[in-house]
Parts: sequence; C-alpha cells; structure tokens
Amino acid sequence: MRPFSKLLFIAFSMIFTQNYVLVQFIAICPFLGVSQNFDSCIGMSGAVIFVMTLASAVTWAIYTYIMIPLELTYLSTIIFILVIAALVQFVEIFLKKFLPPLYSALGIYLPLITTNCAVLAVTLLNISEGYTFVQSCVDGFSAGVGFGLALVIFCGVRKAVERAKPPKSWQGLPITLMAAALTSMTFMGFTGIADNLFK
Amino acid sequence: MSIIIAVGVLAAVGALCALLLVISSKYMAVPVDEKFPIVRGCLPGANCGACGYAGCDGYASALVSGDEDKPNKCVAGGADVAKALAEALGTEAGEVIPMVAVTKCRGNCEATSKKADYQGTRTCAAAKLLHGGDGACSYGCLGYGDCAAACPEGGINIINGVAHFNSNKCIGCGICAKTCPQGIISIVPAAAPVRVLCSNKEKGAQAGKNCKNACIGCGLCMKNCPNGAVTVQNNLAVIDYEKCTGCGKCKEVCPKKVIG
Repeated sequence: MRPFSKLLFIAFSMIFTQNYVLVQFIAICPFLGVSQNFDSCIGMSGAVIFVMTLASAVTWAIYTYIMIPLELTYLSTIIFILVIAALVQFVEIFLKKFLPPLYSALGIYLPLITTNCAVLAVTLLNISEGYTFVQSCVDGFSAGVGFGLALVIFCGVRKAVERAKPPKSWQGLPITLMAAALTSMTFMGFTGIADNLFK
Repeated sequence: MSIIIAVGVLAAVGALCALLLVISSKYMAVPVDEKFPIVRGCLPGANCGACGYAGCDGYASALVSGDEDKPNKCVAGGADVAKALAEALGTEAGEVIPMVAVTKCRGNCEATSKKADYQGTRTCAAAKLLHGGDGACSYGCLGYGDCAAACPEGGINIINGVAHFNSNKCIGCGICAKTCPQGIISIVPAAAPVRVLCSNKEKGAQAGKNCKNACIGCGLCMKNCPNGAVTVQNNLAVIDYEKCTGCGKCKEVCPKKVIG
C-alpha cells in the first residue's frame, strides 16, 4: 500500500469500520452522557479530536525516543496515562490564557477527557500497529472524528426517541441503551468496505 | 538494575509533567476578579437569559468587569437580587418591575374547535408548519406544550387545550414567549390590573365563528375607557399600560370577557 493510501485507509477505518464508540465500544460513558444536546456534542467532539491528535503525537515521540532505547516498552500504559493527564491539564491552562473563545467552548469538557479511555486506547493502538509519526497523528485525529460522528448521529437519534414517547418503563436509560445498540448495528454495514476500497 | 531505570524514568516523566504544569500555571495564569464569585452567588442560577446575557455567568462577569452598570436586569430574581447585587457592587439598585407571562388566548376545547385531525409530531412548532396549525382559529394556542417544555421553572400546564401559567412559579424570563410559534404569550407587569386574553386579528363575525371567546373588535372597551388607554388595532383590543389606571371599566363592558 502506498503511504498516502495507507493514511486514507487509517482515517476511513477509524471513522467508520473501526469506530471507537459504535464498533469497539470504547468511551461509552461520554457517548451516553454528552449526547443529550447538539451543542455539547460539538464541544466534546472538538475537545476529543484536539486532545487525541496531540496525545498521539506526544506519546509516539516518548515511546520512540525514550522508551524503546531504555527497553521500557512494558511501561507504556502507565506512562501514557501520566502524559495524557498532564497534557490535558496543560492544554486547559494554555487555552484559558491564549484562546479564551476556544476555552469557553471546550473548557468544561477538557477535564472529562483526562479519563476518556478512547484517548488512551488510540495511543496504545498506534504503538501496537507500529505506525509512523504521521500515521499516528492521522489515527488520533480520525479516531476523534469517528467519536464526534457517533456522538452527533446519536444525538439526533435521541431527539427522535424523545419525541416518540416510549412506554414509561422504557423511558430514560433503557430506551437510550436500546437506541445505542441499534445505532451501533448500522455501523456493521461498513465492515469489509475499507479492505476492498483501499486494496 | 533495570527496575531502577524503570522507576527513575517514570519518576522523571512525572516530575517533568509536574514541572510543566507548575510553570505554565504560574506564567499563564488568568487573573480572576475576586468579586465574581460574590456577584455570581447573588444571582439565582436559572440561566434563563432574560437579562440579555448568556446565562448568569455572563451577566455576573459583565457586572464585575463594568461593561454592565445596571444591577436590576435579573427578571427572575426581582428586587431582592437587584438589592443584593447593588450591595456587592456598591451601586444603586434601581427599580425592578416584576413581570409575568400570560397567554393571550382563551380558546379552550369548549370555546373553539379543530379544523383538522392532526396526527403528526406532538409539538406546536410542527403543528404550526401544517397550514398554520390544527385549530379553527389560526391565532390561538395550539396546546401541544412547547412552552411548557421550554419553561425552566416548570410553571406552565396545558389545561383544556390552552397554556396556563402558575403565577407562583413564573419568573418572567420570557423563554416561553420566544418559544411559542403563535407568538401569543406576552410578558406583562405582574401588577397589571387588566390583560387582553385574545390574539385574533380577524374581523368580528369570522373571529366569533372560529372561537366563542374571541375578541370581535367591537370597540366598547375603547369607548368606555376614561383614560384612552385601550385602543382597537387590527380588530383586536390593545392596552397601553402607561395610561391605564386600573379602573376596570373595560373588563366590565367587554361582551366576550376577553379582557380579564
């Protein structure tokens, strides 16, 4: 596979066929928590895309230039958690000072992302897949886009479910989980597309 | 040996991250005005937006920064909040007129009828899109409760097809008035003695046919008002609260009991 089509392949599979939320069931907590209204969906997605791309870049550098030479690759999970947590805090402080509009849009979602397992998952996956620096960044970015897509789609589904007035015993979380399951099934339709599309 | 390297590297990474955060929080700290939490604490926190700012935080920061000099803009909080804000800021409170929402429609299920059997999405906004709603009177309350869903205080009930306001809960924020697709909710002074409870602008005969409680634009209120506060515009009575003294003459003479 040529380098550019490899990047396209990574992006397509992270957004559709390997979507973190709807196919791999990672980061379900923010998926159910934040999808109640459209504005917070956009805010959360923006913050996740931002942090995932940055975390992919930083952890790749740390892994390649510190952990491999010192033969500490078995510590990747704990070091990545440490780095991501510090990174998110730093980004929050940085945005507050230099980009107040962006901070007021993403601010309240940033601390939530510290514990978003999808961010850790994407950094560990970059390592296990043996991606290069650019591939890692694209992987992080498109995993964030995939998360945002799932969030926005599910926000629309929830609005429709609310209007449909389900039976009382189903209202709230039960119908939300059922709707999430059905939404996730629709993403099964993408399985197999990526392999044939980028042959 | 290898365990020492592992511990050392982990500690070093941790220390580096800590150092980065300490330095950045020192050099990139944004000063927060110490008045802000006090001012914000005075506000009720309904985030209704009636003050013209995006939520209580927006109003509080405008007051603290001096962009906003009137502490009496909080409709929901009324005079008490204005006083507390003025104290915190050291300015004059100014006058606060308590406002309440009122539905300018009495077209309940007995008074008016449906022109169509609407089966679509149960919201006023959706019903309005289809030939202006399913009511016989195209100005009247649709009764699907968009206002009730939007009310931050839960103070609106749809009773017999018309939105009713719980005057104890209404804070006068005006969200319902903005939500109503018919535009028949108005925000009036809570002390207003008389209100026009109809929005129908059709000619008398047609209005009367569509709804028994409609204003027919007869003009009796206008003729009997001693202060000239009531006028009939577009076949509908309108009260000017600047001139109204609250004598209640218009209420007495109205044949349809539209003024109440």
